[in-house]
Amino acid sequence: MIQKVIIMVYNKRLDGRGFDELRSIEAKAGVIKKADGSGYFRMGKTVAYAAVYGPREMFPKFKQDPKKGVLRCNYNMMPFSGAGERVRPGPSRRSKEISFVTDKALSPVVDLNDFPNAVVDVYIELPQTDAGSRCCGINAAAIALADAGIPMRDIPAALAVGFIDGNVLVDLNYEEENLSHFIEGSEDVPDIPIAFIPSTDEITLLQMDGMINKENFMKALQKAKAVAVKISEAQRNALKEKYSKDVASNDNHEE
Amino acid sequence: MALIVKDKDVVVPGEILADDLGFIPGYGTHRMQNKLMASRLGLVNIEGKVIKIIPLAGKYLPKRNDIVIGRVIDILMGGWRVEINSPYSAMLSSKETPEFIEKNEDLTRYFDLDDYLVAKIVNVTSQNLVDLSVRDQGLRKIRGGRIIEVNTHKVPRIIGKKGSMVSMIKQATGCRIIVGQNGLIWVDGEPAKENIAVTAIEKIENESHMSGLTERMKEFLENATGVKLSMDDPKGDYNGLQ
Repeated sequence: MIQKVIIMVYNKRLDGRGFDELRSIEAKAGVIKKADGSGYFRMGKTVAYAAVYGPREMFPKFKQDPKKGVLRCNYNMMPFSGAGERVRPGPSRRSKEISFVTDKALSPVVDLNDFPNAVVDVYIELPQTDAGSRCCGINAAAIALADAGIPMRDIPAALAVGFIDGNVLVDLNYEEENLSHFIEGSEDVPDIPIAFIPSTDEITLLQMDGMINKENFMKALQKAKAVAVKISEAQRNALKEKYSKDVASNDNHEE
Repeated sequence: MALIVKDKDVVVPGEILADDLGFIPGYGTHRMQNKLMASRLGLVNIEGKVIKIIPLAGKYLPKRNDIVIGRVIDILMGGWRVEINSPYSAMLSSKETPEFIEKNEDLTRYFDLDDYLVAKIVNVTSQNLVDLSVRDQGLRKIRGGRIIEVNTHKVPRIIGKKGSMVSMIKQATGCRIIVGQNGLIWVDGEPAKENIAVTAIEKIENESHMSGLTERMKEFLENATGVKLSMDDPKGDYNGLQ
């Protein structure tokens, strides 16, 4: 009897998306009334809210910077947000790291030179997560910062890419991030979250989990860059939608 | 010359305004190679070759000679610390009061904690240390009435041309109103009239984008109060206090 050998190839995505297709995305600005600026960003089943407070006085005082304002980011997954077990509330090693990289991803675009000794607080909360939460958080925070009227060079856009069986996967979901748990014998997909500054193509966040060779990595990077434009568009439209009703008739302007 | 946006368009940070070196970057814009880009959220304003952005969001930044409404948050050796709805609190020195205050005198006799006051910004340093004064006419402690908060970028609309809008509300409701540049507004009058004045101010804040605002506000105020309003332009410059 001839033994049939089946080689699994990931040539169709588990949720039926195209390889360079994002999950459905949704962006909103001004979702939290009490905050000075706020943003909402959804990528598939990952949902992020961001609220910006400030610029305001920095406490504790010894952390003030007399040269320019400070950006302070805080990333938090809500206890019920994960797929299985309850996420233990409070800062964890993981959430501290993500707060740190979010800060590093956003600070190159914001210009806080006009606000010495002040702080801009960014709080990112995730009520529901399905992989890609740091990217979703950065996207929401970028909207919130612009909504708060903070001077910034551009609005960064972030997404995660992966690579398997000769294909670049854009915007991984939870199943794809842990593919070996879902498809027997499958390799794990490298997970590469990237944040871009759209106008200059500069990269402000680049992390990687897993393994990939140089050529494939460059391919993944190119693909991410091309798809980030769509995220950037969604962010801009959200802000314009909120503010276009504010277009002023100049007839009453005090001049 | 290639201008990409129109006058009064809403732009977001990073949006390209023009890709030509013929334009001059004004407030809220920056240049990247040969492109002119927005660096904050606001309305485009094109005056000749200068492109600038009128911000629509953001906190109040103290400016010299602005009239502001503040709240006393601390009493110090030689003055008061005043919160002015801005990232920075302001300092009101005891030397900047109309009456002479002797050394070691109890400062709470003049302004106590949580007192509201109308003051003028006399100086702002590069580190945004703000000095206030209550020496000018009309600057004083606020007693009675109520204080409402509006978006600081809508304050020019509430004041109107040479104070036309705010004087219309005053004429209709008989309330005393002081509009602080920092977005705090003091309204004091008969309770029912006070409510109308507050509603009117909120209406201006929400509808400032629609044209014919003055006419609509006139109609609203006449309907609400039954007072016939005359629409002659106010004479002289508006100083925020009259």
